[in-house]
Amino acid sequence: MDALASLSAAIIIAAAALFGLLRGVDVFSAMADGASEGLKTVLRIFPPLVGLLTAVYMLRASGAVDALTSLTAPLLELLGIPPETSILMLLRPISGSGALAAAAELINEYGPDSLIGRTATIMLGSTETTFYVIAVYFGAVGIKKTRWAVPAALCADIAGFAAAAFTAKFL
Amino acid sequence: MSTIWVALLLFSLTYGIVSGNASETGSAALAGAPAAVKLCLETGGLICLWSGVMEVLRRAGALDALARALGPLLKRLFPRAARDRDTMSSLASNVSANLLGLGNAATPMGIRAASGMARLSPDGTASDELCRLVVINTASIQLIPTTAAALRAGAGSAAPFDILPAVWLSSIFSVCVGLAAAAILSRLWR
Repeated sequence: MDALASLSAAIIIAAAALFGLLRGVDVFSAMADGASEGLKTVLRIFPPLVGLLTAVYMLRASGAVDALTSLTAPLLELLGIPPETSILMLLRPISGSGALAAAAELINEYGPDSLIGRTATIMLGSTETTFYVIAVYFGAVGIKKTRWAVPAALCADIAGFAAAAFTAKFL
Repeated sequence: MSTIWVALLLFSLTYGIVSGNASETGSAALAGAPAAVKLCLETGGLICLWSGVMEVLRRAGALDALARALGPLLKRLFPRAARDRDTMSSLASNVSANLLGLGNAATPMGIRAASGMARLSPDGTASDELCRLVVINTASIQLIPTTAAALRAGAGSAAPFDILPAVWLSSIFSVCVGLAAAAILSRLWR
């Protein structure tokens, strides 16, 4: 299982390349074009990240994150969620770059293979910037009455956070 | 976004001064930006690599194959939208592109599907199916959570991809809860 886990990235890359080749794709230039798209993504997330990491670092240094952590600890521990991740959960539905900044800070602070680091990564990977998505979709098609879309989406986020904390421990 | 940023900055500053962490807060203000550079350098390569791999899959026709495989499931979730071919194919492409992590391709397709659904309710109120589409899009469903994995790998994780099963399970659980909440709320919300 360990060998499989450490090889999984290599296997996915090789399998995708072979699959592309068999389907007659010019795989190398496809890879390069995709990588250039990825570079655009990195360039797009960098500027907001500068501002948001500044804010998250200040928030942490001011002691506000610790205060939030101990404030939310009783409730979060009941759900089995590490309270240190509360800042990430708070920012996740509002700002994608803010959540990325918070997760990066947690991983930096506690280590990528720690329970908190793993939980933070799983939370980041299994949820979305809810309010942004809702604004984009309903804004684009001119819907004003969103009915229960926001509460339902937030339920999904909370479920994702709890599941992330649970799976980080047992998987 | 501006409000949130200013609020975060002002709150940190005030809290730092009040709680006696003023000097730490001051030096942290100049630590975030270099950390952003380091973060982008550490994760940038892997983000590029995975978007390259996903582009190979896209050109190999993985998007259409996924869309076909998802067809029956989507028809059950969106019976009204299923009557319109264009809406249905946009919807299938939206979900498939999300699965492959092709965010740039997913959003335009999703909006196309959403406008197809919005046409059915011209009074500016979101229909049940439109809400469901938005819930699916707000609960990330991604086969390879590229950014999250790159973040771990960049920080020197021993096996950055061992979170994959956990991410899949959490995503599926989150989507299911979202859809269940949508089903319950659609009965209560009149």
